[in-house]
Amino acid sequence: MTEKLVIIGNGMAPGRMLEHLFEQVPGRYQVTIFNAEPRVNYDRIMLSPVLSGEKAFEEIIIHGDGWYIANGITLYKGHKIVAIDRTAKTVTSDHGVTEPYDKLVIATGSVPFIIPVPGHDLPGVLTYRDLDDVQAMLLAAQSRAKAVVIGGGLLGLEAAAGLNSQGMDVTVLHVMPTLMERQLDPAAGYLLQRAVEQRGIKVITKANTQAITGKGKVEQVELADGTIIPATLVVMAVGIRPNAALAKEAGIAVNRGIVVDAGMRSNDPDIYALGECAEVNGQVYGLVAPLYEMARVAASQLAGNEAAAFVHMDTPTKLKVTGIELFSLGDFAEGEDRQEIVLRDAAAGVYKRLVLRDDRIIGTVLYGETADGAWFNDLKKKQTDISQMRDTLIFGQSYQGGASLDPMAAVAALPDDAEICGCNGVCKGKISGAITAKGLTSLDDVRAHTKASASCGSCTGLVEKLMVLTIGDKYNPAAVQPMCGCTTLGHDEVRRLIKAKGLKTIPAVMQELEWTTSCGCAKCRPALNYYLVCDWPDEYADDYQSRFINERVHANIQKDGTYSVVPRMWGGVTNAAELRAIADVVDKFEIPMVKVTGGQRIDMLGIRKENLPAVWADLGQAGFVSGHAYAKGLRTVKTCVGSDWCRFGTQDSTGFGVRIEKFMWGSWTPAKVKMAVSGCPRNCAEATCKDVGVICVDSGYEIHFAGAAGLDIKGTEVLGLVKTEDEALEHIVALTQMYREQGRYLERIYKWAKRIGIAEIKRQIMDDGEKRRAYFDRFVFSQKFAQVDPWSERVSGKDKHEFRPMASVGFAQAAE
Amino acid sequence: MMNWVSIGSISDIPRRGARCVATPQGKIAVFRTADDQVFAIEDHCPHKGGPLSQGIVHGAAVTCPLHNWVISLETGKALGADEGAVRTVPVRFEGERLFIALEALASRAA
Repeated sequence: MTEKLVIIGNGMAPGRMLEHLFEQVPGRYQVTIFNAEPRVNYDRIMLSPVLSGEKAFEEIIIHGDGWYIANGITLYKGHKIVAIDRTAKTVTSDHGVTEPYDKLVIATGSVPFIIPVPGHDLPGVLTYRDLDDVQAMLLAAQSRAKAVVIGGGLLGLEAAAGLNSQGMDVTVLHVMPTLMERQLDPAAGYLLQRAVEQRGIKVITKANTQAITGKGKVEQVELADGTIIPATLVVMAVGIRPNAALAKEAGIAVNRGIVVDAGMRSNDPDIYALGECAEVNGQVYGLVAPLYEMARVAASQLAGNEAAAFVHMDTPTKLKVTGIELFSLGDFAEGEDRQEIVLRDAAAGVYKRLVLRDDRIIGTVLYGETADGAWFNDLKKKQTDISQMRDTLIFGQSYQGGASLDPMAAVAALPDDAEICGCNGVCKGKISGAITAKGLTSLDDVRAHTKASASCGSCTGLVEKLMVLTIGDKYNPAAVQPMCGCTTLGHDEVRRLIKAKGLKTIPAVMQELEWTTSCGCAKCRPALNYYLVCDWPDEYADDYQSRFINERVHANIQKDGTYSVVPRMWGGVTNAAELRAIADVVDKFEIPMVKVTGGQRIDMLGIRKENLPAVWADLGQAGFVSGHAYAKGLRTVKTCVGSDWCRFGTQDSTGFGVRIEKFMWGSWTPAKVKMAVSGCPRNCAEATCKDVGVICVDSGYEIHFAGAAGLDIKGTEVLGLVKTEDEALEHIVALTQMYREQGRYLERIYKWAKRIGIAEIKRQIMDDGEKRRAYFDRFVFSQKFAQVDPWSERVSGKDKHEFRPMASVGFAQAAE
Repeated sequence: MMNWVSIGSISDIPRRGARCVATPQGKIAVFRTADDQVFAIEDHCPHKGGPLSQGIVHGAAVTCPLHNWVISLETGKALGADEGAVRTVPVRFEGERLFIALEALASRAA
């Protein structure tokens, strides 16, 4: 018989507990989760990369909606539990849902500590705890104004670095003399401060915040010494305390946190607590490794193993700020019974300190170079006597016994029980065992099977080395396909970093993202040029030397080096004057081939490059503009004759096609975009194999997308049905803009849609009106700079050099 | 005999770009790199004759617009896995003025 398990809270600890539980006793419990946050379970340690723009929220989700469905879990999103009735064994949410339980797990996490200074409740004062905080900070950062972060600990510094990379002017206030004093000794704290300041973040230590002031919102922060710091955003990151109020009200024993025994059980035998809200053996925890250990214990207990017990462990601290390497572990206070070994390399910015007692490591601080952290951690955990290697200990593992300084050898030399992943407590033997036993060849596989490197990711390098050691060449490190040989970054990372770091030129991208070539290659330069055009439509100056020849000269190069010219014929509609002008141009320039294209227009082939401007001039006289038949951009909108002529037509498909084309021409996209509008389901315009297609029906407009009829053949997916032409236009434009912002260069809509998920696209375009309009508005803004006919520009003299030879030489000589 | 012929000024060519010079032996593509080096090669890809002057210039190499062969501007040789070469043409500066050696081309063409 299934028992009812109710969980209050949906953070990382209960998520992990359920994974263990389903593995051990599948089907035993019917699970219901109440989550005060309106979303699924995500990797909270990765919020800092989301804030800095290095990751998207989607990338840090641990359990997507599908996981809850697959495991039969009822998840109440946005439900806060307001009461636990221990007699009736029920919980009740603020939305009035009451749920009975057999076993209850409280995982309410922690609440940020707010310094009770005057003004702490002004709008603009935030904490740094969940995705809502991050989103509020990102919103505030758009103003590029000043921010103050109160608290120079782990969270405060990560928040400061994130806001700084979002373009804000950031000051960190720290009440102690050095940063992160709980994890770092003063020397390392000083080095850290210098590195933080080098990024343009101001740091004030010994800063005692006295008040936050402003009229109706934050304007400044005042310190006890009279210093005044202007700010429109204040982030308080001064610490957390267990969120145990609910348990206390229910009469459960609470000290600092909810008091539980080593089996994570509270004084009510049917109620467990785990995570940051729990207090075990007098300790509360905030780092993920002990929380995951609690999850393991609680799962075993719920599965019936009453021997499972939580054991205290020290956990290394790492700062997740790109470019700052920092590792600290254990106890490093000075004392009479302790000795220390210190290594300073000022030039390299390296500082290492080991604190020893009785020839055993009890504390480690590594700054600037942290590769030996795992080894020191291992020595400490095992209480290894280091007297034999004392002289060289600080130089790290690879130095011992005269071994080479090869990092591979260092990993090879680690014992099987050395911990590789601190977050998940995974040791070397478990990883190499899983690789061999299950034939794992990619990092993602190893993450899925062992959890190693699946949380904060800082051990990824070690795991990869271990994979190489275990399976050699079979390891496929390119889980993310790099854009090209000039970088190790994939398209998505590059796009995100362009936005996050505000990179607005190709050289800036290459400099900041550490391109390995001096000026890129023919693969990355056009991609970067597109990303910059798309992201900064008003600021970026299009780099023509980074465009493929067709887009540079606005015609299609042919195999013999001549070009083809396709003028726009809106919706495939033309008239006698236009046809006559085309005929005249064909005669005048002796164009050898004229052809009707698949997109309902006329192609003139075999034109010499020098003649292009003259051809365009004549076509322009007749009112033609460029058809962008060469562009990674909007090509054609194919139409049928619709309700004006056709006896079956339900709407004015021709008119709507023309309207779409006139609205959207000139826009650049990741790859070409072809559209069509059919006036009835007979679909004469073949709209159901286009990038975007519309099928008109009596009740409105059925919007289709993600079709293909080229290398691949694929029918479209239905986005949805809308009633009016205006709505249809808004949806199509928003869809295109979403694709413009997310697509990888040369990735057609159907491939992008497959990657993102049809459901997600529907959700953003059909269901989320606010999002749809925001996409629409961004497209319209970008069109202000895009709808310039490139042909008429060149007829009036732009890029003359493109079309003329530099010189003609030597002909007289040859005649001799 | 080296016959140096003036073809114009370096500023006539965009950085990371190319211009063509018409000669009796066909078109010569004259390239200017991002760091202002100038190279001249035959405007004819060794693969299928694509006009190299129309390609994207990166470092001291150009990618042919027809089938993406990458040609070294210094040696005229195809880089990577592809094999083939185009003729290179000597280039000289006199201040801003550019000269190419036409006879050298003619004699090699013969």
